[in-house]
Amino acid sequence: MTNHTPLPPARGCRDVPILKERGQREVFCGLTGIIWLHRKMQDAFFLVVGSRTCAHLLQSAAGVMIFAEPRFGTAILEEKDLAGMADAHEELDREVAHLLSRRPDIRQLFLVGSCPSEVIKLDLARAAERLSKVYAPHVRVLNYSGSGIETTFTQGEDACLAAMVPELPATEARELLLVGALPDVVEDQALSLLAGLGVDRVRCLPARRAEDAPAVGPNTVFALTQPFLGDTHAALEHRGARYIDAPFPFGEEGTTAWLGAIAQEFGVRPERFESVTAAPRARARKAIAAQAADLNGKRVFFFPDSQLEVPLARFLTRECGMEAVEVGTPYLHRGICAPDLDLLTEGPVISEGQDVDLQLDRCRAARPDLTVCGLGLANPLEAEGLRTKWAIELVFTPVHFYEQAGDLAGLFSRPLRRRAKLSGLEQLPERAAP
Amino acid sequence: MKLSVWTYEGPPHVGAMRVATGMTGLHYVLHAPQGDTYADLLFTMIERRDQRPPVTYTTFQARDLGADTADLFKRACHDAYERFKPQAIIVGASCTAELIQDDPGGLAETMGLPVPVIPLELPSYQRKENFGADETFFQIVRHLARPMERTREVSVNLLGSTALGFRHRDDVAEIRAILAVLGIAVNVVAPMTASPADIARLGAAHFNVLMYPETAETAARWCEKSLGQPYTKTVPIGVGATRDFIDEVLDLAGIDALIDESRLRLPWWSQSVDSTYLTGKRVFLFGDATHVAAMARVAEGEMGFDVVGLGCYNREFARPIRALAREMGLTALITDDYLEVEAAIAELQPEMILGTQMERHIGKRLGIPCAVISAPVHVQDFPARFSPVMGFEGANVLFDTLVHPLVMGLEEHLLTMFREDFEFHDGAGASHHGGKAAQRDEGVATSAIAPDPAPVESSFEIVWLADAEQELRKIPFFVRGKAKRNTERFAAERGVAEISIDTLYEAKAHYAR
Repeated sequence: MTNHTPLPPARGCRDVPILKERGQREVFCGLTGIIWLHRKMQDAFFLVVGSRTCAHLLQSAAGVMIFAEPRFGTAILEEKDLAGMADAHEELDREVAHLLSRRPDIRQLFLVGSCPSEVIKLDLARAAERLSKVYAPHVRVLNYSGSGIETTFTQGEDACLAAMVPELPATEARELLLVGALPDVVEDQALSLLAGLGVDRVRCLPARRAEDAPAVGPNTVFALTQPFLGDTHAALEHRGARYIDAPFPFGEEGTTAWLGAIAQEFGVRPERFESVTAAPRARARKAIAAQAADLNGKRVFFFPDSQLEVPLARFLTRECGMEAVEVGTPYLHRGICAPDLDLLTEGPVISEGQDVDLQLDRCRAARPDLTVCGLGLANPLEAEGLRTKWAIELVFTPVHFYEQAGDLAGLFSRPLRRRAKLSGLEQLPERAAP
Repeated sequence: MKLSVWTYEGPPHVGAMRVATGMTGLHYVLHAPQGDTYADLLFTMIERRDQRPPVTYTTFQARDLGADTADLFKRACHDAYERFKPQAIIVGASCTAELIQDDPGGLAETMGLPVPVIPLELPSYQRKENFGADETFFQIVRHLARPMERTREVSVNLLGSTALGFRHRDDVAEIRAILAVLGIAVNVVAPMTASPADIARLGAAHFNVLMYPETAETAARWCEKSLGQPYTKTVPIGVGATRDFIDEVLDLAGIDALIDESRLRLPWWSQSVDSTYLTGKRVFLFGDATHVAAMARVAEGEMGFDVVGLGCYNREFARPIRALAREMGLTALITDDYLEVEAAIAELQPEMILGTQMERHIGKRLGIPCAVISAPVHVQDFPARFSPVMGFEGANVLFDTLVHPLVMGLEEHLLTMFREDFEFHDGAGASHHGGKAAQRDEGVATSAIAPDPAPVESSFEIVWLADAEQELRKIPFFVRGKAKRNTERFAAERGVAEISIDTLYEAKAHYAR
């Protein structure tokens, strides 16, 4: 069964020292998660209580403005809210009333804190409690913070899911809970694989609709599909649920290990595991191989972005033959990432936090073949002759499990293939302007 | 508090970034949390800039708030100077830093940096992006420019172009070309491409060309008062405005010159018979005030459209836009709420929108074609080809821009004649646009291709009889909404509760121009 998978390294990265940096960061704040969360939860509305900057961020980060009435918006704080001339809570109540009367289909409303609302200490928990009483049972109002002073990019999803956990109904049932907002098509694939293994009491957090919200209790076991869900992990353990420790389901190896951990928990016989996974594993390996030819032996450098960096470095080094130079992550949850760190051969710099100018210096010195970075850095690095992969695509594209493993590798190989394909575009020195 | 989904303008510090990023040798130290760094991608992605904006963000976090964010700011300022060695630094706060009141300007002043440090006060909770750009440029000019000896030959400064500006790159090139023909030298182009040293020599020019009042009017006024430089009032967008602009420039320069207009194609393109179908097309105009005002003149006088509504999102320029609308017998829509703009467009049912990216989306929803004529910008507003909207080439570009979204003249006739043909029907869309032609839906009861406009309000219920509804469907999609609305209004005014084919054609005759 493991004939294609390399052995775990003699020394992984679990205990290597981390380069911790504090300086200028070049990352999104947690509000950005709303872009995918509002598509995932089809009866939820995300109301950011913030500034014009927050609204502008959501508009810009969305890249395209999907105009079919997005289920998010910003209640923009104005001078009179700050000067105490208006009671911010009354203002908020008015905006919420207006919003819910226009959108009767909304069943869950998230009040999302921002940098300004945190700094002026606007108590959104109190507001959520008050509004929940007003709109119960039709609408449940929750709150979390997506502020940039507390959360980085994908941490917004963690904060959102963690806020949902205490509200989940209790159960004594032995159920598997899959945690993390996945595209529906990917989630369905996971459910189908698990059903094949005979694990069929499976629920998902977040659910697509409020009425499908899972229950949780001491017999719940949960698996994370994303490495950035540290607070949600803690909140679920607080409810008595038990975590199934595993590498994350990226690539063939990651997916097999992740499914394997669940199979072990539910006592699935090895023959059954083999028969269910053999065909998709073979497909995944074949799809990865098609892309890995372009990646093999190439060096990759990760700027901190989505917290997916450690599992992705594991995937790229072990399944695509790449060498990791630096694996930067905004925050390293050593516990959750330990199984991936074990599989990542010692060698790359593992860095946490950021001082973007220093990190750019290191990147320029290393001249990696591929740099995974945010949109603000990609074109400037390309102009310096470095090939880049926008990190944001990794959270906007289906990349989990077997059937997407080839696509995931393709996200990294495409910039390199493109570079190889383009020809005759370099300016000849004799034609350059003096 | 005001609920907003999409915004026309970013916060004021983004305006300051547009100035800083357009310039060279300037650095912006911005007291801001990490999330505000998203603004970099506006420049590197939308405008495809090959360098990071010259901005250092302090990126303070929650744990810094209890400690010393002021010290963090000073460190960031120091590091930025050491690394980038700019000729001048602008310092300011974003919305969150404004709340913690660290006074970046005061802090930076005490640091004794060996270059000018220009503090910015940009009230984030009152003002927006254009104000931020205008105020920042004004402060830079006020701090650095001094009266000085004029150049021997007549020269001008071109003021207002910024990073992330709507066609600024090409407008500057076009205006330079026109000035070159007139024999007028360009002293400095600013903010875009200027360094602080260039700003210091603004005073050498004889007068200023104010290209974009939104971003440089305050600076132009200051130069008039303090440097004795008059500035141009005409924005050269369109044929007539370009000619007026040239007259104004010649007048200010005190010279006489004839200009070769052979590059200008719009006048003949618009007069050629092929353009007859453009006559009286009902258009709605929305964008920044400068582009809207200029386009109103182009749309009416140079394209032969009827402007049925107009407005702008920048309240600072509400007065001239209101006056212009009054002159045209209209009421201006001054708002930064796109839902209000959408409602106005749905109500007026124009045949085309001349707007921004926001109106392009509104048009998509309402099934109305839209040409983009103003910021806020989108990656599509930075074409690879030369594509100004100012000057002679700008007029040519506008002709193409305003015609492209429409169904072409002969095609329009054919669609009307063969509107029941199952292949060559109106739902297939204009032949020069992409997308697969859809087969006509033969079902009677299924919905129309374009979403129906909201029904006309009346005290009683108006119903469409089946044959009238069928007839309505035969009307080409680009006028169907208007026909439906007019017929319903006609019926409502006359107390007709049931719309028949006769009602439809009576209404058509009634509203015929």
